[in-house]
Amino acid sequence: MMRLRLPVPPALARLLALPLLALLLLAVLVPVGAVRAQGQGDISAIVAKFANDSYSDTSDALAQLAATGSAQAAAVVDALNAGQLVFDPATKSVFIRTPAGVLDASTGAAVANPPANLSVVRANNRVRRAIDAAAGALSLLHPDPARRADAAAAVFKSRDAAALGTVEAAIAKETVPAVKEALEQARAAILVGKAEVSEAERRLAVQKITARGDQEAISLLRSLPADAPASLKAAAEAGIAKVEQNLRFWAVAQNVWYGLSLGSVLLLAAIGLAITFGVMGVINMAHGEMVMLGAYTTFVVQDVIRNSAPQLFDWSLAIALPLAFLFTALVGILIERTVIRFLYGRPLETLLATWGVSLILQQAVRSVFGPTNQEVGAPSWMSGAFQVGQLSITYNRLWIIVFALLVFFALLLVLKRTPLGLYVRAVTQNRRMAAAMGIRTGRIDALTFGLGSGIAGIAGVALSQIDNVSPNLGQGYIIDSFMVVVFGGVGNLWGTLVGAFTLGIANKLLEPFAGAVLGKILLLVFIILFIQKRPRGLFALKGRAVES
Amino acid sequence: MLGLLGQATRGFGALAAAAAIAVTMGMGVAKAQETIKVGILHSLSGTMAISETTLKDAMLMLIEEQNKKGGLLGKKLEAVVVDPASNWPLFAEKARELITKDKVAAVFGCWTSVSRKSVLPVFKELNNILFYPVQYEGEESERNVFYTGAAPNQQAIPAVDYLANEEKVERWVLAGTDYVYPRTTNKILEAYLKSRGVKAEDIMINYTPFGHSDWQTIVSDIKKFGSAGKKTAVVSTINGDANVPFYKELANQGIKATDIPVVAFSVGEEELAGIDTKPLVGHLAAWNYFMSIDTPENKDFIAKWHAFTKDPKRVTNDPMEAHYIGFNMWVKAVEKAGTTDQDKVIAALPGIKQANLTGGVSEMLPNHHITKPVFIGEIESNGQFDVVWKTKDLIPGEAWSKYLEGSKNLVADWVKLNCGNFDSVKNVCLSAAK
Repeated sequence: MMRLRLPVPPALARLLALPLLALLLLAVLVPVGAVRAQGQGDISAIVAKFANDSYSDTSDALAQLAATGSAQAAAVVDALNAGQLVFDPATKSVFIRTPAGVLDASTGAAVANPPANLSVVRANNRVRRAIDAAAGALSLLHPDPARRADAAAAVFKSRDAAALGTVEAAIAKETVPAVKEALEQARAAILVGKAEVSEAERRLAVQKITARGDQEAISLLRSLPADAPASLKAAAEAGIAKVEQNLRFWAVAQNVWYGLSLGSVLLLAAIGLAITFGVMGVINMAHGEMVMLGAYTTFVVQDVIRNSAPQLFDWSLAIALPLAFLFTALVGILIERTVIRFLYGRPLETLLATWGVSLILQQAVRSVFGPTNQEVGAPSWMSGAFQVGQLSITYNRLWIIVFALLVFFALLLVLKRTPLGLYVRAVTQNRRMAAAMGIRTGRIDALTFGLGSGIAGIAGVALSQIDNVSPNLGQGYIIDSFMVVVFGGVGNLWGTLVGAFTLGIANKLLEPFAGAVLGKILLLVFIILFIQKRPRGLFALKGRAVES
Repeated sequence: MLGLLGQATRGFGALAAAAAIAVTMGMGVAKAQETIKVGILHSLSGTMAISETTLKDAMLMLIEEQNKKGGLLGKKLEAVVVDPASNWPLFAEKARELITKDKVAAVFGCWTSVSRKSVLPVFKELNNILFYPVQYEGEESERNVFYTGAAPNQQAIPAVDYLANEEKVERWVLAGTDYVYPRTTNKILEAYLKSRGVKAEDIMINYTPFGHSDWQTIVSDIKKFGSAGKKTAVVSTINGDANVPFYKELANQGIKATDIPVVAFSVGEEELAGIDTKPLVGHLAAWNYFMSIDTPENKDFIAKWHAFTKDPKRVTNDPMEAHYIGFNMWVKAVEKAGTTDQDKVIAALPGIKQANLTGGVSEMLPNHHITKPVFIGEIESNGQFDVVWKTKDLIPGEAWSKYLEGSKNLVADWVKLNCGNFDSVKNVCLSAAK
């Protein structure tokens, strides 16, 4: 039972096209009041087509539903979009399955004894496009302004001439300025491509679209029909030039934003290493695996929440943070006590030993959780995006920047303002003197390594939102982390901050010109040259302890 | 193996080591004289473990099935599993170990093209047989290798045809990971698109490093490229792990499958199993097999797979079907030849027919590729694919692309010409001429 896209037989297509054409004409020509009055008609003949289980019939039915403008049609389209529109293969009757019960699709009345074997009306890309267009045309007069704005955007995209009458009616009634603007843009998008509209009006439409100033405006202006008058084409060209000028400015802003975002990821990945490598001087190749363990902690927390307390899902990251910190800190302390403490002052052996530890951790995770990616969901407050001018800012990236800065300053506070921080600095600057003052240096070493590992673990919680949670997660970050710490200056947290954001922004400004592969190479070449000039990085520590 | 066991009895440490090896080999140690050994060369650790572990399990299942049917030539089959650990030179070493030490009759394995290239010289030198189950870039035909995955004309080209004909796509983004398979495939696709009359400015080619995770710039470039007023699609040869952040970024920037569809050649059921598929719904994949295809053979295969893995949620995928076809073809060829002698089996394989899992019958061709149907599927919210298009007939795999200079004149035919790269213009076998 493979479902293939069946071509509609030509005779059937003609049969379908006639009433469709009539409906289209009606919708365009009939004044608004009539459109709405006519919308109360019976839609059962159209709805019946959904039971044919053919993508082309479904698309046709959607176009016809859009043209009726009835409230029940909107409910059917919404149900189809949500996967709630079902049909009985035996009797070919169509229903809407809601959590409350089964409704008749053409009337909206509840069905007392629904058939048992209902199958869902399926959608593919073509059907989904038709759903968007139909939902747009049908919800232009929706009471909720957000839905009206979505509908206007959908009509702008579909440029469905049949919706023009409803769009104009909606403009006349609209009170919210932003929605009105969106509706007028939708109207302009329809008018600009219509040959029978006067040229002056089409030029006005071009102006309206140009004022949008985004990629979609360019896209629309470029797709003017070939038979458009020359003066209109010239106006469109001028409009495109203007929009492109505007977008060039925003492109720079966008690259800087992407750079900040990449910088925050680098900062998160590197900040734990700034402790274990930067402050303690341990070449810690297992750092990436601490990040990975943090991400897996998030997965486990989400798994438990999904199975036992789904209502807490939006809190899953907040719950995972302390657990990830504790778990990875414990693993870190264990590694320090069992391996690294025997290797202080022997960098080459440390490198090999920690690399071995990283392989062991990877394979352990692979054996426990399997080699495939694990699914870590995004809580609702981290999904979606908002618009600043032509810049689209996604919530997950924004939160990661905020989170990276919070972690950074919290760590700075710990090191500068707490007794533990004081001991850490004392031990790393002059171990023997610190020991002479009564500090238990071994214990401080373990705690410091635990702190660095714990920070890497909470970085893993954040990175689970933008990367794959797989045993290889850490490997992608280890080189970048070392790059940031070495570039920023070993032993200096501020250097890590500045280094991460510098490299992030430089990478993103290079990428549009050089491409992702060459951009990264250029960046590495730059760092090599930079290290030649300043071997201790951007912010070098000074003092006797460093020189020795 | 026997030698190892003998030594092992001498000391507890060595015994533990041998036991560990025996466990990884899945089948334990049997009497060598009475069995036919089959080598399984798939990474069980390292980056590629994510994809290859499943194929090892699939092979173990196929061998177990065959043994239940009474084995082969009256003997039991024995799987010898080694772990090349996603390390390309180690692939060659392990292949040599399988052939010389374990004396396997044939090897099923490899995933990446670089691992296949690394074992090629070993198979040629020691004259053994490799069944390679993964879609690849073509431009190769070796006497000792049988390619049961798709060649570019069995996956990439039909996918482009589908987008151009059904979705009316006019502008193309060819996005791939920076290594041999995407580079060669994109070269073929670029030549093919140009031969269809697509202008150079309507093609954008983009490469990213392995495991690329920051897709912000590239996705906004794609968005910009797609706003030229023509329908745009992305043809993705992006490898495994980098896909998830790519699709997530597409969703973040509000690009839906209805606006700019992405057709992928490396995203299958296994890759979708671990991720949230909501942002991917409607994007496409081109394969020769989908788990959702409803045939009795496929149902039976899935049921056996679930029983074998004791996990009713395990998915099946295209390379597993390739192993299914390849293994059964090998069994038939051995039965036809009456021996596991490699030369005789290589000679017997072309022309062998085997029913695939999608209702057709695949045939091993003289160029050591097989005939396969091509399916285009749309990703559904449950991680499965809804087949929206398929080829009418099975497509014969072409080793050498018609669309590339330097390969369009080449013919691979191991039956009549005994040559993998015969130049039909100069009338000479290039590998023999060297």
